[in-house]
Formats: sequence, C-alpha cells, structure tokens
Amino acid sequence: MATVDIACRGVSMVFGTGPGAVPALGDVTLDVARGEFAALIGPSGCGKSTLLRLIADVLQPTGGTIEVRGGPPMRARLAREFGFVFQHAGLLPWRDALANVSLPLEVGGWGRRHAPPHPPEALLELVGLQGFTHAFPRQLSGGMQQRVSIARALVTGPPILLMDEPFGALDEITRDHLNQELLRIWAATGTTIIFVTHSIPEAVYLSNRVFVFGPRPGRVTAEVRIELPSPREPALKDTPEFGRYTAALRRALAASASA
Amino acid sequence: MIATAPARGPATDGRAPAAPGSRTAGAVLLRRLVLPLLVIALLIAAWDVAIRVLAIPPYVIPTPASVGQALVKERARLLENAVPTVVESLGGFALGNLVAIAAAIAFVHNKTLERALYPVAVAVRTLPIVAIAPIFVLMLGNGYAPKIAIAALITFFPTLVNMVEGLESADPQALELMHVLSASKTETFRYVRWPSSLPYLFSAMRIASTSSVLGALVAEWIGTNKGLGYLIVLTTYDFRTALLYAAMVVTSAIALAFFFLVSVLEWLLVRWER
Repeated sequence: MATVDIACRGVSMVFGTGPGAVPALGDVTLDVARGEFAALIGPSGCGKSTLLRLIADVLQPTGGTIEVRGGPPMRARLAREFGFVFQHAGLLPWRDALANVSLPLEVGGWGRRHAPPHPPEALLELVGLQGFTHAFPRQLSGGMQQRVSIARALVTGPPILLMDEPFGALDEITRDHLNQELLRIWAATGTTIIFVTHSIPEAVYLSNRVFVFGPRPGRVTAEVRIELPSPREPALKDTPEFGRYTAALRRALAASASA
Repeated sequence: MIATAPARGPATDGRAPAAPGSRTAGAVLLRRLVLPLLVIALLIAAWDVAIRVLAIPPYVIPTPASVGQALVKERARLLENAVPTVVESLGGFALGNLVAIAAAIAFVHNKTLERALYPVAVAVRTLPIVAIAPIFVLMLGNGYAPKIAIAALITFFPTLVNMVEGLESADPQALELMHVLSASKTETFRYVRWPSSLPYLFSAMRIASTSSVLGALVAEWIGTNKGLGYLIVLTTYDFRTALLYAAMVVTSAIALAFFFLVSVLEWLLVRWER
C-alpha cells in the first residue's frame, strides 16, 4: 500500500446546534494515497464540498479525525501543502492573470521565504494561457479564468490539489478540454488530487478511484476503483470498459439515493 | 520540472479577450459633453424668452445676460467669497470621508460595535442639517470649524453606508481562498476587502463631492460674513438677484469641479471596472 496522503476516520459534520442543526456529513471514512486522483461524486447537498473544506481546514469537523500528510489539516494549511480550486474561479478582478497566479506567493511573504517551484509565468504557460499574462479576469472567458485559478493553486508547488467542482459551471466542450489539461498537469506534477464532481463520465475519465456519496447525512455509500489505462485519451470514452464503469457508477448513485 | 503545454491557440475554450470599445472617442465626446451643453443652452434660451414674454421684473428673476454681467463685473467679490466655501467643502469632504471609512472598517471587524453604533449613525442622519447648523455655530464659534463640521456630517453618512456594504461585498470564494492561504486579517483586508470596497467608496464620494458644498453653503447662512452662502443670503435680502444668481453659478461650478475630480480619481484607481 502506498503512502496515505489524506486519511478521514469517522468524520462527521453538523452545522448549527439544537433543533435547527443540519447534519451534513455522518461517519465518513476514506483514505487517499499519495499521487492518487480521487473523485467524490454524489447529488447536491450530500456533503462532498463540506468534506473538501474539512480537509482544507476551512471548517472544523464535529466528530472524527482527519489527517493530511500525517498531521492535522491546520498544519498542512500553514505549510501550504494543498492548493484549492473553487467552483467559480474566485479571481481578484483588479489583478491581471499573472498577479492572480502570484497571489499565494505574496500572502504571508511565502515567496520571499521559499523558492517558488515554478515561476508564475511558467504556470500560465502550463495551463495554456501564454499571451494572456496581463489580461484582467473580466477579459477572460469562464474556462480561461478557471485555468488561471488552477495555475494559482499550483504556484506554491503543493503536493495535494483539492478541487471543488472546478468545471461544473463550464460548457461541455470547454470541460472536456480542461479535463485533458488537468490529466496532463497531474501527470507532470504527480500531485495527489481530490476532485468533487456531479458528472459520472468526468469522474470515470479522470480518476483512479471514485467515492460515491449518499445524502442526508452525507456518507460514502460505494467505492469504485477505475482500472483504465493511463495516459487517457478522449477515445477512451467510446470504449465498452468506459461504459461499464459509468453504468456501475450510475447504479451505485441510484442505490445510494434510495438507501 | 513541469512540461509546458503543446503549441496550441490559447483562446480555444471561449471567447477572445474583450475587443476595445467600438465607439470612437469623438462619439463619446459628443454624447458626454456636447448633448448636455446643448440642453443647458436651450434652457438658458427658454429662461430668456420666458422673462420677456411674461414681463418678469429683474428683482424677481434676472435675465441670463445680467447674470453674465454680474459674473464678470463682480468676479473679484465672487472669488473672494468662493475661497472660504472651497476650503470648508474640501475640509469637510476629507474629514467626513476619513471618519466614515475608519468607522466602516471598525464595523466590519467588530459586529458588536456595528450593532451599537450603526443605528445611532442613522438617527443622526435624520436630523435636519438646517437645524444642526446653528447648534454647531454655537458650539464651535464663527470660524471655519462649524462649516467644516457640517460639510463633514453631510458627507459622513453616504460614505459610511456604502463603505460597510463595499467591505462586505468581497467575493466569498476570495475570502475562503485567503483562509486557505493562512492570510492574516490585515492581508485579507489589503488584498480582498479594501479593493472590493473601492467602487462603493467612489460612488459615495461622488455623492459627497456635491453635498459637501451644500453643507458648507448651509453653514454659511448663519454666523459668518464671508463665503458664497453668506453672499447668497445677503443678495437675496438686498434684491440683488443678478449677483445672487452669479453666486449660485459659481457654487454649482465648484460642486461640478469636485464631482469631476472624484470621477477622474475613480477612473485612475478603479481600472478593473471599466
């Protein structure tokens, strides 16, 4: 068994207290190995994004423990061991693409205390935005903005990437394109990725392992290992194996919804 | 080392970057400047015609020509009285905005303070400025102080309201990102909240730029012998309506100049909104 990067043990999360309390997650246990691409899939409101925020130390669990690279999530956050990609790019509109990518280097003086693993310009190139370094967010399409936000998440060279439905708001053509880019980046950086999505084909195409979430309270109802060859090409989506995986996931999601 | 992207057009996943505005500079100038000037010229012409047709005596409404004459002949007197009004308006504008910005920053970082003081600020706002003016003169004397205080008070409220809203308007994802980056409160303020608030601050300052002149003017109605407000009251009592109108024109020009200055500053500092 490879090194475990992220370990969740009986994690539960309740928002609020008393009779109005909302249970968002109940007893989630899962491991993600170093270098793995794990997808979390499930219906809206099943707590996938909440779990991602617990791992990122944005929220604190009400029960259970989370370890990120052998320590509490707070240690990983302070050490910048993960980058976070949001559903909407969340770029600062007054900074151009390059300044947005450099932001994590400026905050806390990180860039002065550490040698950045990749110059911000190289990261913009990595996400295919050479020539747009000085474009402002409003001059960029949704897909381009999301590429900037991926470059921003990678600029401190984090060993883990947490992605919260990063392509959910994009059209399918752009999404397919960025899926391919993400696989290329994953291959180039060897980052551990946890990827929240609503899309069954996206989960199968991208990941090594899919955790299926069921609603109220959110919990893992099934785990599907995707044993498709890498590197993956778009033609893979037309193969019978790919279809078998999407069918299996569809069944697992239907079962978890009725459970 | 990271492999770079294969050679490929960068704009494959969406629209190209925004093209520069299709309207030419000449067309913009026409719409922004020539049309309003044309309307003003028409209004002045209508004013002149109305006086002639209705035979209005000059001590009730002066003719546009006599106002023009007063502007030229009495220019020394107008200028002399414009200086204190400009000083008071600018002083009040600066003071009111600074206090309002400081209060808004305090409110956003301390909800208890906001709950305690925000209603008081609203209550103060409801007090009529013409009633506060004599009170301030009683407390602060006849100098610049009461006028600056009133101009500041009138400036304070719109900036406070807008600034609180502006600081709260920060994108929740940007705030979450700052948390993920372990940013300090100061950094979150500097990188996210402050720039987010600038468009709100400027729309408040545009209001304040003209209302601060109004505040100074009202304050000059009482307990002073200089300033355009004083000149307006004096000429009204003396039926020197041409000079009264000239003083109004100068006051309006000052307010417009402030408005223009704030707009230029906004254009320079809030580039991303364009």
